Amino acid sequence: MTAVPVVLDASDISRALTRIAHEIVERNKGCANVVLLGIPTRGVPLAKRIAQRLQDIDGTQVPSGSIDITMYRDDLRLKPARALSITEVPVEGVDDKLVILVDDVLFSGRTIRAAMDAVSDLGRPQAIQLATLVDRGHRELPIRADYVGKNLPTAFDEAVHVHLSELDGEDSVVLGRDRS
Amino acid sequence: MKAHLLSTADLDREGALQILDTAQELARVADMPIKKMPTLRGRTVVNLFFEDSTRTRISFEAAAKRLSADVINFAAKGSSVSKGESLKDTALTLAAMGADAVVIRHSMSGAPHQLAHADWMDAHVINAGDGTHEHPTQALLDAFTLRNHLADHISAPKQGSVGLDGLHVAIVGDVLHSRVARSNVHLLNTLGAKVTVVAPPTLMPLHNDGWPCEVSYDLDAVLPQVDAVMMLRVQRERMEGGFFPSEREYSQRYGLDERRAALLPDHAVVMHPGPMNRGLEIASRVADSDRSLIIDQVRNGVSVRMAVLYLLLGGNESALSEVNA
Repeated sequence: MTAVPVVLDASDISRALTRIAHEIVERNKGCANVVLLGIPTRGVPLAKRIAQRLQDIDGTQVPSGSIDITMYRDDLRLKPARALSITEVPVEGVDDKLVILVDDVLFSGRTIRAAMDAVSDLGRPQAIQLATLVDRGHRELPIRADYVGKNLPTAFDEAVHVHLSELDGEDSVVLGRDRS
Repeated sequence: MKAHLLSTADLDREGALQILDTAQELARVADMPIKKMPTLRGRTVVNLFFEDSTRTRISFEAAAKRLSADVINFAAKGSSVSKGESLKDTALTLAAMGADAVVIRHSMSGAPHQLAHADWMDAHVINAGDGTHEHPTQALLDAFTLRNHLADHISAPKQGSVGLDGLHVAIVGDVLHSRVARSNVHLLNTLGAKVTVVAPPTLMPLHNDGWPCEVSYDLDAVLPQVDAVMMLRVQRERMEGGFFPSEREYSQRYGLDERRAALLPDHAVVMHPGPMNRGLEIASRVADSDRSLIIDQVRNGVSVRMAVLYLLLGGNESALSEVNA
């Protein structure tokens, strides 16, 4: 058995999130109007971490929440009905806000398509942007991320596992075989 | 094998909590500016109602529409059924029209079971009340309402979702004719609550030995001990007289008036599946009081029915399975 290749360790992840936060502030000239929405499961703690960094940089308290996209998936009929995750939209809502979706891995883009549909049912944001920790390629829809922690070229059948201390006890991104 | 929701006795704790947890998430749809999700787009839900109903039918219709399903309402009155069509022929017709789920209410106990298992059609069957047998979605929305309102009085399990552990619920009134009572006794027990049914001896089922509950004939003695009291409608349409001497006497002994409501602990809540006979089983002042959850029950009904429809129809196979199937 070979050792699993660690793509990002804890300090890599931390630096990537800090850079993403700086890019958000730079591109939007501050973050006064920003609302972060994490996509369950691992997008949610990532959104919280980015919100914390934005506060450190800009001094603004940026609201962060979660948005479950299960009911909007296009592959619902291919699998058994699954349990729903929690949606917690900040009290500020999304109307006229700059909504930044946060996910751990960007792959086919179908999750993001579903998330955009879910957001439009909540209101009409000024704009929607996308931040992802890892972009592994293989897009099946015309979607790209605005903020990327690491571009990671992968084979289609590889699996990218993101571990976060809030849920998994440690921060790391590892590459595995057998996409599940 | 198609999954159905025919009886709360078929639900294990895990399955019941899955419905309640899903309903909890779907409840927020009611607060969204666009109260609709695309989840069941292209699916057809038939409301097949052989018995009068307002809130249950509307509630199922709202639930299906919020999930973008197409809804066909079929009321037996003024339909081919009044010309003598059998349940089988109605089922074959619905199957030919491509129904994905049939929500059925029927005055005969067991009609939904027949529809589900007779191999007439290939659709999920949801029991919306059959005779004096069961009304599972009503019990589920009652459990959902209790769980939300009495959260401080429920003992949380070591792991998994919160049920109704530690609650004591009284179900009072026309237990004999009540499908709501039967569904609730099973479900409340599955979720860990203690149940006491209270009724005049003539309205207590004779063969309730198998029911996981206690039995009492004295409402005043039970009320101070409970966290919730569910009043049942006196079902005049199923009675041919002789169950109690007069409505006045029934109301005096088993009606929930203000004096009785004052016997309840401060936190206790009052529920009623509707429609109410105000002044008979429940006094207006109690039905409209702060401890009454009757309107919350109606609101929660839509979320719970959305959850049932989603779990039955949402995937390529149902997340709900019949325990005793």
